Amino acid sequence: MKARVLLFARLKDLAGVSEAEVEIGEGLTAADVFRLLQGLYPGLASYDAPLAYAVNARYVSPEHPVRDGDEVAFIPPVSGGGTCTSR
Amino acid sequence: MAVNVYIPTPFRKLAGNQAYVQAEGQTVQEVLEHLARRYPGLATMVFDQDRRIQAHINVYLNSQEIHSLQGPDTPVRDGDEVAVIPALAGGQVLTPEQVMRYSRHIIMPQVGPVGQRKLMAARVLVVGAGGLGGPAALYLALAGVGTIGIVDFDVVDLSNLQRQVLHQNDDVGKPKTQSAKETLLAYNPDVNVVLHEAPLTSDNAMDIIPQYDIVINGADNFTTRYLVNDACYFARKPLVDAAILMFDAQLTVFVPGQGCYRCLFPSPPPPGAVPNCAEAGVLGALTGVIGSLQAIEAMKLILGIGEPMVGRLLLYDALSGEFRVVKVRRDPKCPLCGDDPTITELIDYEGFCGAPFPGRDEA
Repeated sequence: MKARVLLFARLKDLAGVSEAEVEIGEGLTAADVFRLLQGLYPGLASYDAPLAYAVNARYVSPEHPVRDGDEVAFIPPVSGGGTCTSR
Repeated sequence: MAVNVYIPTPFRKLAGNQAYVQAEGQTVQEVLEHLARRYPGLATMVFDQDRRIQAHINVYLNSQEIHSLQGPDTPVRDGDEVAVIPALAGGQVLTPEQVMRYSRHIIMPQVGPVGQRKLMAARVLVVGAGGLGGPAALYLALAGVGTIGIVDFDVVDLSNLQRQVLHQNDDVGKPKTQSAKETLLAYNPDVNVVLHEAPLTSDNAMDIIPQYDIVINGADNFTTRYLVNDACYFARKPLVDAAILMFDAQLTVFVPGQGCYRCLFPSPPPPGAVPNCAEAGVLGALTGVIGSLQAIEAMKLILGIGEPMVGRLLLYDALSGEFRVVKVRRDPKCPLCGDDPTITELIDYEGFCGAPFPGRDEA
């Protein structure tokens, strides 16, 4: 079984790739697939901020099952408004 | 026949504070009579004692003035739009200069003179006069959006000028609200710019946000982002939300009851876990793209045209040049807009996000 994974914003920089095809086992959830990626891409290992998951371009819960051929997107929150007023 | 009736701002409080209401009938007259029965306050505004449409009320069917059709007897079809526009003192009728200025909008049937008046009657709040808020406010001002509110507490810094189009070299050191107002009025003196020179906080959000029809979020921090989300939900205001960092952007529209930021991200990242623009940088032109898209979404909401980005999250990666759209929806378990909400009023956002509102502790 294979899934196509898409990484957005900071995740892409941490992993060094924006998309990949990964071998997945039976019965994995979207969150499981992210944990799998954390093993494959060491840069992702330390990521501990919230994440949004989308399977086949539809937002899903972390427990959503991933099936063969699915496209799984991982979307981190972004806050910038270009005002850069943090101090 | 069920049609949508556009209620202009001055009449809105007579119609349950709704911009659009559904009404039924075979003709424009019947539709308006149906509306008048449901909202008696509107009846006296629209009709005279003989149930004739008042002389100072212009009625439009799909952007065409009904006297150029068959008057009040003009038949309507399912899904038609009827607009009831009063000729008020204060320039509700387009002047020749306005007709010329906005001609490239008015010439499009989706806008027309009715749409232009909707824009001129609209009130939009822009949170943050920075990278996103700048182009958003600029295009709204050029389009003649009648009232543009701007919330910001900051002063213009040299490092802002790489992307913040409202501010110029000579503005460094000036309050951003002041600089924004000068720029917007220089482009179009026809608009009213209202300044809220303070950080948006739990103390003032419910005073400011209810004064507007639509909110555009250009906040640069999670504390303000959650506050704006919650306050817009409580005030029942559509929120055109966007965020950017480096080469990436996210944009969506939240309509109360159809999902909110907390449905996407129920809790904020721990402080420092997600870098901000000052730490990680942002491509200047990206703010122009996304701020302009926010202006477009706001105008679609005002005009009632197209498919607003409600229930869809746009992800733009400037480096790959790819736009992707992910379908999102209201989470029944959302603590704010879910079936069993635990957040029923504004909370302590600084505690929730573990970070103060920017500007709050400034000396």
